[in-house]
Amino acid sequence: MSDTEVINKQSKRAFRLDLKAMGPALALLILCIVGYSLNSAFLSEGNITNLLTRSAFIGIIAVGATFVITAGGIDLSVGSMAAVISGVMIIIMNNLIGTFGAGVTTILIGCGCSLILGVGAGWINGVLTTKGKIEAFIVTLGTMGIYRSLVTYFADGGTLSLSFDLRGTYRPVYYDSFAGLPIPVWVFIGVAVAGWVILNRTAFGRYCTAIGSNESVAKYSAVNVDRIKTTTYVIQGFCVALATIIYVPRLGSASASTGVLWELEAIAAVIIGGTVLKGGYGRVGGTILGALILTTIGNILNFTDVISNYLNGTMQGLIIITAVWLQRADWSKKKV
Amino acid sequence: MEYSANAPKCVLAANRISKSFGAVPVLFSVSFDICEGEVHALIGENGAGKSTLMKILAGFEPPTSGSILLDGAQTDLPPNGEAEDLGIVLIHQELNLAEQMTVEENIFLGRELTSRGFLDRLTMRRQVEVLLEQVGLDIAPTARISDLSIAQKQMVEITKAMNRNARILIMDEPTAVLTPSETELFFQQVKQLKKRGVGIVFVSHKLAEVKEISDRVTIMRDGQWIGTKPTSTLSLDDMAQMMVGRELSDLYPPMDEVDVDAPVILAAENLSAGKVKNVSFDLRKGEILGFSGLVGSGRTELFEAICGLLPVDSGVVRFNNEVVNYKSVSQARNAGLSYLTKDRKGKGLLLAQKMAPNMSLFSLPKFIKNMMIDQKAEEKALARGIRRFDIRTRDADISVGDLSGGNQQKLLLAKMMETDPRVIIVDEPTRGIDVGTKQQIYHFIAALAAEGVSVVVISSEMPEIIGICHRVFVMREGRIMGVLSGNEINENEIMRYAAGLKEAS
Ligand SMILES: Nc1ncnc2c1ncn2[C@@H]1O[C@H](COP(=O)(O)OP(=O)(O)OP(=O)(O)O)[C@@H](O)[C@H]1O
Ligand SMILES: [Mg+2]
Repeated sequence: MSDTEVINKQSKRAFRLDLKAMGPALALLILCIVGYSLNSAFLSEGNITNLLTRSAFIGIIAVGATFVITAGGIDLSVGSMAAVISGVMIIIMNNLIGTFGAGVTTILIGCGCSLILGVGAGWINGVLTTKGKIEAFIVTLGTMGIYRSLVTYFADGGTLSLSFDLRGTYRPVYYDSFAGLPIPVWVFIGVAVAGWVILNRTAFGRYCTAIGSNESVAKYSAVNVDRIKTTTYVIQGFCVALATIIYVPRLGSASASTGVLWELEAIAAVIIGGTVLKGGYGRVGGTILGALILTTIGNILNFTDVISNYLNGTMQGLIIITAVWLQRADWSKKKV
Repeated sequence: MEYSANAPKCVLAANRISKSFGAVPVLFSVSFDICEGEVHALIGENGAGKSTLMKILAGFEPPTSGSILLDGAQTDLPPNGEAEDLGIVLIHQELNLAEQMTVEENIFLGRELTSRGFLDRLTMRRQVEVLLEQVGLDIAPTARISDLSIAQKQMVEITKAMNRNARILIMDEPTAVLTPSETELFFQQVKQLKKRGVGIVFVSHKLAEVKEISDRVTIMRDGQWIGTKPTSTLSLDDMAQMMVGRELSDLYPPMDEVDVDAPVILAAENLSAGKVKNVSFDLRKGEILGFSGLVGSGRTELFEAICGLLPVDSGVVRFNNEVVNYKSVSQARNAGLSYLTKDRKGKGLLLAQKMAPNMSLFSLPKFIKNMMIDQKAEEKALARGIRRFDIRTRDADISVGDLSGGNQQKLLLAKMMETDPRVIIVDEPTRGIDVGTKQQIYHFIAALAAEGVSVVVISSEMPEIIGICHRVFVMREGRIMGVLSGNEINENEIMRYAAGLKEAS
C-alpha cells in the first residue's frame, strides 16, 4: 500500500465522519436560513433568546435520555415525572410559606425536594429494570401512568398553583438573564457540557457505551452492569428535576397536562442527534442540536402562515424520520 | 444417487479475484476452484483472506476485480445468501443463527415447509429429529438457540446447511469449536455429502483435520495464492511452512518444572456451582494447569463461578490463602484473577467498536487520570497489544467485527493481559488461530508462567493441553474424574477419564 493511498483513505474517512456528525448541525443551519428568509425577525435577539430558553427544558431532559438510550435503555416516564415533581414541589413550597415565609429559603427547599424526587424516581426506574429484570419499556410505561395519575390526584383534577407571594421570588429563575443569556440557557449549557464530558471522557460514559453495545461483553469485562444502568436512570431523573426547577416559575402551576409528550420530544431530540436507539453509540452534542431543531421548527411555524401551526407535529415527525434515514443510509458504500 | 468419481467436474471457480475494502487491498488475484465430490481445504494465516474469499464465492461480498465461474459460465452471484438458490451454501466463521428462535425454526428458516398455506410443523419436526440424530446432536428441536452451547450452535449451523441440498458447501472453520468426537461425527457427514457429489470447501487451522478429510489443499498468505496441491503430497509440516512462509520450530515451548515449594495461589475445596459438583483443585504459582473434558463437562462453569460470573452454591475458594467469594468480575480482576471467555463474539469483544476501547475495557480503572480516561495511555496500550500478540490488520481504524477471526482472538488475549493478572484462566485460547500464532501464544503462556503468573488452560484441543500443561484435571458431568501429571499426560488417559471409563478414587 503506497503512502498516497493511506493519506487519501484517511482524508476520505475524516470527511465521511464529519458529514455524519455534521448532519444535525447542517439541518439546524438550513432551518435557520429558512426561518430568516420567511421573516427576518427570526434572527432577532429576542427570538433567539426565546428559542434557546424554550429548548432548555427538552434539551436538559434529552441529555439525560442520551445516557439511558446509549446504555440500551429507554425512559418513557420523563414527561409525567416532570409533572408530578412540579406538583409536589408547588405543594411543598406553598405549605412552607407559613414556616419560612415567601423568601429564598422556601424556594431552595422546594428545589432540593425536586432534586431528591427526581433522583429517587430515576432510581426506582433503574432498580426495577435491573434488579427486577423487567424491560425498561414496560417499567417506564408503568411509572409514566403512575406519575401522571398522581399529579392529577394531587391537583384534584384541576391545577396546582404556586402561591402568589412566592412567584415574585421565584420568577427570576426563568425570566432573568445573566451576561446576556437567560438563566435556563445557562443551566442548559452547564448540563450539556457536563453531559458531554461524562459520556465521552469518563469511565462511566465508556461503560454506558459498552453496555449498550453488548451487555454480556460488558459483564465479562468487569463492568457492574446493574449499577451503571441504574445510574443512567438516576441521571435522567436528576435532569428532569433540573428542568422542572426552571419550568415551574414560568407558569407557576402544574396540572395533568404538564409535560405531556415531553418523553417523545426528548427521545426524538436524542435520535435526531445521531444517538442509536438500540444503544451502543451516543452523542450529547447531537442531542443538543436535536433539541434546538425541534424547538426551531415550532418557532418557524409561528412566524409564517404558509403552513398551519397545527401541523407542528407533522413537521417534527417528518424531520425525525428524515434525520434517521439520512444517518442509516451508508453513503460510503455504493450499491453494487 | 451415487457419484461417479471418474470425471471430476469443476462446479464453482474463482478466477483471478482481487478484493479491496475501501482503499485497503486484502486479496490479490487469487484463483480457486471446487469440483464435484471433493473436499478442497483452504489454509492460511490469520488475516490471509480466507473468509473474504469464501464470502466472495458465496456472493456475500462482490469481488473488486476478477470473475466467478459457475459450471464454466461467468456469473454474477446474487448478494445476501441468495446464492443458496444456485446451490452454493456458506457456513460463516462467526455463527449466524437467529438466537431467539428454536433449533427447528432456524434449520428451516427461509425454507419452511407448508401445507395449505400453514406451516407444516409436524413434518419439519420429524425431519429435524432425523437430521439431529444423524449428526449425533442430543438436543430438542424446540430448544432455543440462545440456550445452546457454542459447539451445539455450530452443529445446528452445520445441520442447517446440510438440509439445504447444496451443490457446493463452503464451511469456514466449522470445527473450531468442536471436540474431537464431535468432529468425528461431523466428518462422517462430510463423507456422505461427498459421496452424493457435493463439492465441499473446508477452511481450518487444524492441519491434522485438513490432512484427514481433504483431497486438495490451497494455501494462501497475505492475500496471495501460494499453491494448490493434492493433500497426499503434503505433510503437516509442509502445510505449516507454506502457510507462514518460514520454517516453524517446535510448536510447544520446553516445559519448565514448577518450583516444588511454590505456594498454592488458587484453590477450590468441594466447590459446587450449578452443574459443577464438589470440585477441588489447587494451582501453584507459576504453574500451567490444564482442564480437559468433553463439551459441557462443567469446566467453564467452574471458573465462571470462581470469577464471580456465576453464584457459588457451596464450598470454598482460596486465593492467596484467603477465603474469597467474588460477587462480580471486577472484584476478581482487582484481586488479579482474569478470565478469558471462549465466546469472543457474544461475550468477548464489542464488535461495533474500534480496537482501542475494546482493548482497555477490562482494565479501564487503570486508564483513569483525574477522573478522565487517558486516551494517550489507551493508544499506547493498543500499540503494546498489537506488538505483543502480532495483531495484523491492514487498517488500524476498522471496527473489531471486521478484523479476521484469529486477530479478534489475539485482541481478546491482549485485552485480558492489560489487567496485569496474577492468575489467568484462558478458555479455548487458540480458537481460530493459525499455527504460527499458536506457537507464539504457547511460548507467551510459558514465559508468563516462568515469570510467576499461574495459568489455567481450558481446552478441547488435546495436543495443546498435553503440550503446555504441567498437570491436567479431567472433568466429566461437573465432577473431576482424575488428575494427570508428568508422563501420565497423554491422549489415551485423558480420554478414558473424560469418557467416564476411569475414575480416580
Ligand atoms: N468489512 C471489512 N472491512 C475492512 N477490512 C476487512 C473487512 N473484512 C475483512 N477485512 C480485512 O481483510 C483481511 C482478511 O480477513 P479475513 O477475515 O478474510 O482473514 P482470514 O484468512 O479468514 O483470517 P482468520 O484465519 O483469522 O479467520 C483482514 O486484514 C481483515 O481485517
Ligand atoms: Mg476467517
